[in-house]
Amino acid sequence: MALTDTIHTQAPPTLKAIIGGLIAVAAIAVPFLLDGFQVFQATQVLVLAIAIMGLNLLTGFSGQFSLGHGAFFAAGAYVTAFFLTDGSFPYVGAVLIGGVVCFILGLAFGFPALKLDGIYLALATFSLAVAMPQILKLSILTEWTGGVGGLVLMKPEAPQGIPLDADQWLYFVVLAFAAVLYCLVTGLISGRTGRAFLAVKDNPLAAEAMGIRVTNVKVLAFGYSAMITGVAGGLSALVTAYVAPDSFTLFLSVNILVGLVVGGVGFIPGAIIGAIFVHFMPTAADSVYQGLQGVIYGIVLIAIMLLAPKGIGGLFRR
Amino acid sequence: MEFFFSQVLSGIASGTIYACLALAVVMIYQAIHHLNFAQGELAVFSTYLAWQMLEAGLPYWIVLLLVVLLSFGLGWFLQMVVMRPFQNAPMLSNIVVFIALFTIFNSLTGFIWGHDIKTFPSPFGFGPLVENLGISRHQAAMMAISAIILTILWAFFRFTRIGLAMRGAVSNPVSSGLVGVNVMAITALGWGMASAIGAVSGLLVAPVVFLEPNMMLSILIYAFAGAVVGGLTSPGGAVLGGFIVGIVESLVSTYVPVIGAELKLPIALTLIIVVLLFQPAGLFGRRDIQRV
Amino acid sequence: MFMKRPLAIAAIVAAMIYPGIASGQETIKVGNTMPYSGPGSAYSEIGKVMKAYFDKVNDEGGIKGRKIEFLSYDDGYSPPRTVEQARRLIERDKVLLLAGTFGTPHNLAIHRYVNMRKVPHLFIGSTGNAWNDPKNFPWTVGWQPNAHIEGKVYGSFLAEHHPNEKIAILMQNDEYGRSFIAGIEEGLGDKVSNIVSRATYEATDPTIDNQIINLHKTGAGVLINLSTPKFTAQAIRKVADLNWHVVHIVPTAAASASQVMQPAGIENSQGIITAAYLKDPTDPRWKDEKGMVDFRAFMAKYAPQANAKSVFSVIGYSMAQATTYVLQQAADDLTRDNVMKVATNLQGVELPLLLPGLHLENKPDDVAPIKSLQLTRFEGETWAAFDPAKQ
Repeated sequence: MALTDTIHTQAPPTLKAIIGGLIAVAAIAVPFLLDGFQVFQATQVLVLAIAIMGLNLLTGFSGQFSLGHGAFFAAGAYVTAFFLTDGSFPYVGAVLIGGVVCFILGLAFGFPALKLDGIYLALATFSLAVAMPQILKLSILTEWTGGVGGLVLMKPEAPQGIPLDADQWLYFVVLAFAAVLYCLVTGLISGRTGRAFLAVKDNPLAAEAMGIRVTNVKVLAFGYSAMITGVAGGLSALVTAYVAPDSFTLFLSVNILVGLVVGGVGFIPGAIIGAIFVHFMPTAADSVYQGLQGVIYGIVLIAIMLLAPKGIGGLFRR
Repeated sequence: MEFFFSQVLSGIASGTIYACLALAVVMIYQAIHHLNFAQGELAVFSTYLAWQMLEAGLPYWIVLLLVVLLSFGLGWFLQMVVMRPFQNAPMLSNIVVFIALFTIFNSLTGFIWGHDIKTFPSPFGFGPLVENLGISRHQAAMMAISAIILTILWAFFRFTRIGLAMRGAVSNPVSSGLVGVNVMAITALGWGMASAIGAVSGLLVAPVVFLEPNMMLSILIYAFAGAVVGGLTSPGGAVLGGFIVGIVESLVSTYVPVIGAELKLPIALTLIIVVLLFQPAGLFGRRDIQRV
Repeated sequence: MFMKRPLAIAAIVAAMIYPGIASGQETIKVGNTMPYSGPGSAYSEIGKVMKAYFDKVNDEGGIKGRKIEFLSYDDGYSPPRTVEQARRLIERDKVLLLAGTFGTPHNLAIHRYVNMRKVPHLFIGSTGNAWNDPKNFPWTVGWQPNAHIEGKVYGSFLAEHHPNEKIAILMQNDEYGRSFIAGIEEGLGDKVSNIVSRATYEATDPTIDNQIINLHKTGAGVLINLSTPKFTAQAIRKVADLNWHVVHIVPTAAASASQVMQPAGIENSQGIITAAYLKDPTDPRWKDEKGMVDFRAFMAKYAPQANAKSVFSVIGYSMAQATTYVLQQAADDLTRDNVMKVATNLQGVELPLLLPGLHLENKPDDVAPIKSLQLTRFEGETWAAFDPAKQ
């Protein structure tokens, strides 16, 4: 059985450029049109979208998947927070270090994940998500992780001379990361590695026969994917200015996965749609009827899967 | 040495809890080849139904029977109405629908019955089965009932036409359909049976851990682990797997220094994954062969 | 039934971004976050009862004619969500103050933000010890005595009255447990070596039977059981199953007669000790007392769906009363500064459901409003007065 229905993008280049330009203009205009709270929400959505994009790279393009990407998100957040607690380390550097650490973690996890598929990979990644909060609470690590109480950070301010408040500045920082990572991902996919990814996803045995080193490709995919999600985690630490084990429970991993599927597997811009859904849907459901939030959320989710089997992103690409 | 045995025994005690739900996990896997993340929440919902009937004064065994039937119907209904369109959908779509079912039942249970813990009676009592053994009568009964369910399942898969058809339907839905097996009905039957077994496990677990909406959340993780380590295609393996998980967890928390007690679940899960690397179909399962 | 798809999507998106905002000019907005969904849902009773209490205040004329609008949002028990909801409350709803926000990491997540924004952050639902730091966080006022203080109460009690018993401790592996331990050790003083064994559990453990069995084997005569309600109930029953006759101490957060002792079995709960600051609604001592009669009448009229026997309801009721008191005192000048002036100068404020002898009392350099706890013991159906000296 196919793991996913991948959406293959085939839009004419000029249209693509126009749409891309419009999106870029809109994205830059956001913090000037919205108030502080909305900018903060937009920033949170962008962070989540980056995390979903990371998982998309893995699932949409190499055929593996993960129910535990929240663990890499957490690792990125904690590494970033660790470097920022004394307040002197540059925060962009801290986020990048978080990404590198997650790249290594991803590679390390990618090796055993190679030998597992389907259900077994689900269990292994699920375990990762369950284990992470417990590892973060570990009493011997309290000195570095702050235990259950977590770590409180300073929110980065705009540099001197730039007339932006902290929310707007942080939005642009996250937007810059999102743009760079988006380019990285599209570059990866359209390049040699990407074609290898797709070949491995569509038929691993056949790809092997064609001389693609399935092992390398899959492990690498895990590494890149974890790195991107880890960067998102690092950015989330900046945005929330706080990390704690309770922020990175199993439900975070579930949210990333739901965002991926709702946005459209294999459709990178879908990440933003998925992020919007995952971020706003619980609040919307709550405002419909408090107490039955989960029921409403679940029904909407099933409805989406029925009406848009390839995710909402899939509707745009018929 | 005595201490070691007592740790093993207490592992077996928690293992019985995992083994029960692991049976439901295996059942649904046989029917649809997925892990159903909503399995635990369905079981909790059934257990609350039972609680409500007991409150109304119905006798325990009648309630057990009614709830098993109702849960079977609920499972059947879910397959026929909710899951049916996703029969041929990709795996991730199925996982997302399971997540949706999970939130629906979790939220509904909390909404109807609240989040306070509730006592759930056991007809077997909690006294020790044998003095100083550390296994209570209720736990012994759980093992016995698991064994009964196991036997029924074994006979079902081994001797009944439907059971054989179910195995066929999963391994090759297209050709099963061609030879006249009603794949849809068989899948619905699988859902029904899994929900019924889940309900029994809920009724058995609730007296031990107290009934509350999130009761099965962590047990499901252990049950998955047990089912996977034992082999998802083998009901007997799943029960054994449940016990193995319980024992490993208990021993890890006692004998692994410094981090053992705090990380017993992650360590137990890691060990299981290591087992899977060498024995990919679990200890007692069979592996499906993949073709190009 | 059918809307055109883009329109429908736009409607959904709009509903997501602007969840029900209703405001009158004259209302006093009080903000709150609660885990209405997720693993902490049991605590959300507190928020529901607070809301009901403000309804009652409004029915009785509000605060000098102004109605209280209580905005309580779900954070799903996730700290980043708490941050978002707190920002929604402060920046969008423009609440005057936050009251009764629930959870230790959740309040830590918004601690610095609300203080930077200079928004009163009152009567926090947490046993954490960060809430009495007026120098660095002048806008935050806690609520119940923190875990360290509570631990100290148990420690000194044991040092004085059970100096020769070995002590076993069961704790959830987190900060809550650890600050308790520090308090217990301080209270025990030179008897600290009485602690012979400690077992921890994780919130994801299905049962704690294993831990209790191991603690039982140490032959301890005292069990300090620092767990959350579900595990407390499990432990009480397991201790009884093992026939372990022990001085059993449970924390006040898990000492609800109706939610913990009854499920665990009344007969198994006899003699359990805790340190309380609120009256338990099942305690016959207060049955006919005015405060409790009023409470029951209030619950029946304004919160019939909530559990009137639950300690969470008592907490919500008392937090809302404290908030109402602060608003009333500050009513002539409802600015955030003035609210803080009142909230940090509480003197002998009586709340009907605080135990006799306790009242809200703080001053600007020591803002914790409730400072002590009283030992009580479970007898018969519920908690009863307990004087350790007379044992």
